[in-house]
Amino acid sequence: MAVRRLYPEQPLSFAFTPENQAWAQREIAKYPAGKEASAVIALLWRAQEQEGWTTEPAIRAIADMLGMAYIRVLEIATFYTMFQLAPVGKKAHVQVCGTTPCMLRGSDAIIEMCKEHIAEHPHELSKDGDFSWEEVECLGCCANAPVVQIGKDTYEDLDPELFAKILQDLEKGRPLKPGSQTGRQTSCPAGGPTTLLADPTLKTEKV
Amino acid sequence: MLQDKDRIFRNLYGFHDWRLPAARARGAWDGTKGFIDSGHDWIINEVKTSGLRGRGGAGFPTGLKWSFMPKNDARPSYLVINGDESEPGSCKDREIMRHDPHLLIEGALLASFAMRAHTCFIYIRGEFIRERERLQAAVDEAYDAKLIGKDNVNGWDFDIVIHHGAGAYICGEETALIESIEGKKGMPRLKPPFPANVGLYGAPTTVNNVESIAVVGDILRRGGAWFASLGKPNNTGTKLFQISGHVNNPCVVEEEMGIPLRELIDKHCGGVRGGWDNLLCAIPGGSSMPMIPAEQCNDLTMDFDALVKLKSGLGTAAVIVMDKSTDIIKAITRIAYFYKHESCGQCTPCREGTGWMFRVLERMQRGEAELREIDLLYKVTKQVEGHTICALGDAAAWPVQGLLRNYRHVIEERIEARRAAVKEAAE
Repeated sequence: MAVRRLYPEQPLSFAFTPENQAWAQREIAKYPAGKEASAVIALLWRAQEQEGWTTEPAIRAIADMLGMAYIRVLEIATFYTMFQLAPVGKKAHVQVCGTTPCMLRGSDAIIEMCKEHIAEHPHELSKDGDFSWEEVECLGCCANAPVVQIGKDTYEDLDPELFAKILQDLEKGRPLKPGSQTGRQTSCPAGGPTTLLADPTLKTEKV
Repeated sequence: MLQDKDRIFRNLYGFHDWRLPAARARGAWDGTKGFIDSGHDWIINEVKTSGLRGRGGAGFPTGLKWSFMPKNDARPSYLVINGDESEPGSCKDREIMRHDPHLLIEGALLASFAMRAHTCFIYIRGEFIRERERLQAAVDEAYDAKLIGKDNVNGWDFDIVIHHGAGAYICGEETALIESIEGKKGMPRLKPPFPANVGLYGAPTTVNNVESIAVVGDILRRGGAWFASLGKPNNTGTKLFQISGHVNNPCVVEEEMGIPLRELIDKHCGGVRGGWDNLLCAIPGGSSMPMIPAEQCNDLTMDFDALVKLKSGLGTAAVIVMDKSTDIIKAITRIAYFYKHESCGQCTPCREGTGWMFRVLERMQRGEAELREIDLLYKVTKQVEGHTICALGDAAAWPVQGLLRNYRHVIEERIEARRAAVKEAAE
């Protein structure tokens, strides 16, 4: 378990933008009547995308929208670790996977670089407020380790040089190329596929 | 070695288009209506014949699981597909969801029909944002083409809801996943009642792994007997293997069940870094499975039964390879940290035990421990294992037990070395 608390300084209010409000209503409608609470993670996530982090007013507003007690939504926000309970870097929040498959391929060095170039501690803003980082648990890209997630995308097959370039590009506002940074096709073996060399549309026969 | 014609995931690496027309050209959605016309029991029997065992880790026979669903029940039935893929080492469902989404959607329809469910929820881990967008786009395509939805061409009204998590490994446990869909913390439920009787929203529910469902279409197309002819008895079919760690070319690859570990690594991964003799050990099925030391890897086959015999397991077939440069205590300590972080905190042995095991291992990694603590650590793993509602307690205990069983001497040496260093410094 991780101890997670709300940030001491909270904004005064929260409201979804009209587009997000309409989206939220559609999201709620996906679930059976009386089961509106099912939409809670999706709504909190959208609120975080809108605000940058998960704020207490957002938690209350979403509880009201879904007819849930505040404590139930607070529980969700503190239980699920993708909800950032404190402000994150304006340009990027870098999530470095540090679990064993990534560790075996050098994630320690990536974490050291975050400490050096962003901030000494995870969840701490860089001096200019542009960056923050944290070590996360397995991101599910183990055949492309080590990996970091920034926003919606993962950056894979990293080494310190490739990661340094990502940090520089973020700093300068240059576009990043998601996925493998070594030019490899997704989780295909480096150097080319060892399988699936035949035409994929060839008919198969029933046995 | 498995031949390309027998591979199910023909766009595993995304070299081809994932969209509906291309997926159809690769065989998806071919003959689907005919399977539905053959009836609920025909599908279940064909899946039983195939010998398919659940691909999410436990290896429970899929057809049998489906047959547990009630046949005449006033409540709606649900299929829930588990795409919470979070077990360290596992990265296969991601490839299915982003590159072969139509195989999953077609399988979802067929499995739901077999279990008389009109609604399916696909639960994707929160981090897989692009995969979620891709799968949603594929679901929208299927609706537009009237393959699913109300009054679809396949003749079984069917809806798919894509649901996502937000960073909690425990939601891969089926009852925690159900709780999470219901809008609660992902805390596992006591069983019984099992989900087939009281599941999502209190209704009959079956939870299946993404890969288990995505292979169903091809099993029906080519026959359960075809799938059963691959692999080994009781361990049939093809499987997505995921090889990470110290190999030259880590990758995901579809192979036959029961493939020798060495062949898997040498053929598809360019061998162990530094050669086969540089292998220290391999974790065969995701972080929760005890490691297999190199001397047992030489003629190890990758299937459920062979690995159980070695007190380990196939799990999700996520192979984490470690060469001789690995600090094995550190590698297992990091796994222990993972379970400490991911314990939901509901059961005391797990909540307290995972942290306790991690803290002792962290000291052992530096040699700052007493020799007697090794036995104490083993005892604590036994107090966690089997004493919790869900299997996370076991999953946390097993890798530590594997470390103690196979590398006790490494811990002892490190403690002795540290002791000698301290003594020398004092003199």
